[in-house]
Amino acid sequence: MTIHQQTPEALLKIENLRKYFYVKLGAFGDKAGVVHALDRISFDIFKGETLSLVGESGCGKSTAGFTILQLHKPTEGKVLYDGADLATLSEKELRAYRRRLQIVFQDPYSTLNPRMTVGDCIAEPVRFHKLAAKKDIPARVDQLLADVGLPARFANRYPHELSGGQRQRVVIARALACEPEFLVCDEAISALDVSIQAQIINLLQDLQEKYGLTYLFIAHDLAVVRHISDRVAVMYLGRFAEIGPKDAVFNAPLHPYTKALLSAVPEPDPVGERTRQRQVLQGDVPSPLNPPSGCHFHTRCPVAMEICRSQVPAWRDVGGGRSVSCHAVPG
Amino acid sequence: MSSMAKAPLLEVKDLAIEVSTRRGPAKVVEHLNFMVKPGEALGVVGESGCGKSITMLGMMGLLPPGARVVDGTATLEGRDLLKLSNRELRKVRGGQVGFVFQDPMTSFNPVMTIGDQLIEPLLYHRAMSKADAWKRAGELMRLVGIPGGEKRLSDYPHQLSGGMRQRVMIAMGLACDPSLLIADEPTTALDVTIQAQILDLVKDLRARLGMAVVWITHDLALVSGLVDRIIVLYAGRIVEEADVDDLYKRPSHPYTIGLLGSLPRLHGPEGRRLASIGGTPPEPGRRPKGCAFAPRCSMKIARCETEEPQLAPLPGSTRHRAACWVAGTVSVEAAA
Repeated sequence: MTIHQQTPEALLKIENLRKYFYVKLGAFGDKAGVVHALDRISFDIFKGETLSLVGESGCGKSTAGFTILQLHKPTEGKVLYDGADLATLSEKELRAYRRRLQIVFQDPYSTLNPRMTVGDCIAEPVRFHKLAAKKDIPARVDQLLADVGLPARFANRYPHELSGGQRQRVVIARALACEPEFLVCDEAISALDVSIQAQIINLLQDLQEKYGLTYLFIAHDLAVVRHISDRVAVMYLGRFAEIGPKDAVFNAPLHPYTKALLSAVPEPDPVGERTRQRQVLQGDVPSPLNPPSGCHFHTRCPVAMEICRSQVPAWRDVGGGRSVSCHAVPG
Repeated sequence: MSSMAKAPLLEVKDLAIEVSTRRGPAKVVEHLNFMVKPGEALGVVGESGCGKSITMLGMMGLLPPGARVVDGTATLEGRDLLKLSNRELRKVRGGQVGFVFQDPMTSFNPVMTIGDQLIEPLLYHRAMSKADAWKRAGELMRLVGIPGGEKRLSDYPHQLSGGMRQRVMIAMGLACDPSLLIADEPTTALDVTIQAQILDLVKDLRARLGMAVVWITHDLALVSGLVDRIIVLYAGRIVEEADVDDLYKRPSHPYTIGLLGSLPRLHGPEGRRLASIGGTPPEPGRRPKGCAFAPRCSMKIARCETEEPQLAPLPGSTRHRAACWVAGTVSVEAAA
């Protein structure tokens, strides 16, 4: 376990978080299997920062977001928030915290009720959490719409009348209606076109500044992550490969997986792309049902050693706010 | 790149495609002109709904119900594809022209082995014997870098990972040595490390086999290292066309400039606010008068809202063209 000594105050402390899914396998569902979706991850999320979780599909980044918010019950571990361990609270006790911890999903098409107007969607959490007097609700809805850059007349529209980008703005307004402290953005911009993506990124940054929000930004697009984050955590098969300040991770990655991931990202620069030496990882991500022994990455790692096959590398603090789990990293 | 003097392999002229909407028929593609030379790689770039996929489907007689080609020609090696019968088109598809689609899961028959699907084009187009086709299929598997090669032919699609399935799809597209490979967002569903593998594979195959490639994508970063020339589509028309280096060095249409500006970068200076493009593209059938991009354009002049600009060469260039009244008159550095 890492002991963080940074001055910033932790909003959330995640300790040894594990989430296993038990699944049935075989043609008749007669074999039991365990998906190690999260395998003992520990990290802090600081007040007012944007921490990004990156990794390939199936690495557990969305599960991490869900488990922190207690949308999945953790198998083991703690999620410390405001003096409480969310993992030990009952559904009823959790309700008080849910308002302050919100989430925006990838698909703005399936997260809005098609039979509710935009205004009703946004008003619902205000009403439920009693955040405004009944007569003040329409004004609050108008204000929230303005916050996300939509005109007040949109309150009377139905989701099908809106474009993908506009819907995602409504989803963000609905999350803001709860007056949260913490927002998980789970691939919140991945389904949008490039030009719309940029609008939503800019909006998220404006809102963070205005309301002092803390973001856990889950994404697979590393260029977007570099743009939006303060810190970045890289995940591989349910474990953290490394975490650190954005510039450190992008400019001097420690873990071989981070290096490979960064090297795979294409850039809008034809001359550079033609001459660039890519370090292309061979093979696929192994199944989380049956992850490799020792370090999960050893089957694809260009610098794997004997020890990597048998021993799980420790998650250790290497200074400068960075932690890494790799046998090949000195220090 | 060495193909400048050769006759075009594919030449599309004045293509127009119409779809039926609730408000009546609407043109989703219009006045589309482009060509692909033998061995050339062309990138077709645009956002969802810009008409990039439907153009290729239209040429190949694969339009969904409710959509039809209403005008134009598409000449492939001397024959107009739009005048061919279904029977003749079937000979072109998978023969002269190979396809790779976005979703490698839904493009396979789940109850047929990889091998049985891979030999289909060989049996149909090449009239090979089953034994010969199976042998060739094994070679194709090795060509696209599938470990185990022919041993995997008896696998079913679900036994392969997404990246492997996309490799098999590429093998299928290349089975009959096509002169043109059309790839429609083939890496969109894949993870970035797998995407890098597929990009390297296609670059390598093109160098070895010399086929022309049309790569359809929304991602200007992705195609930059892959193609020789790019056309940028907006609302069913080409707004800019240029050799790849030129396009990234001197993007000229405000839409291209906006697209490049809205891409966050992995290297170089950052901290800048992304130059997003406000608003959304017009719906089919609700195309504004004048330039379709004008309502979202920060550089528009009065003329843009009344008169539609045609694709025209930029000052000092014959190969770099843009459909814009102000392109070439504004400084790109100032805009980007």
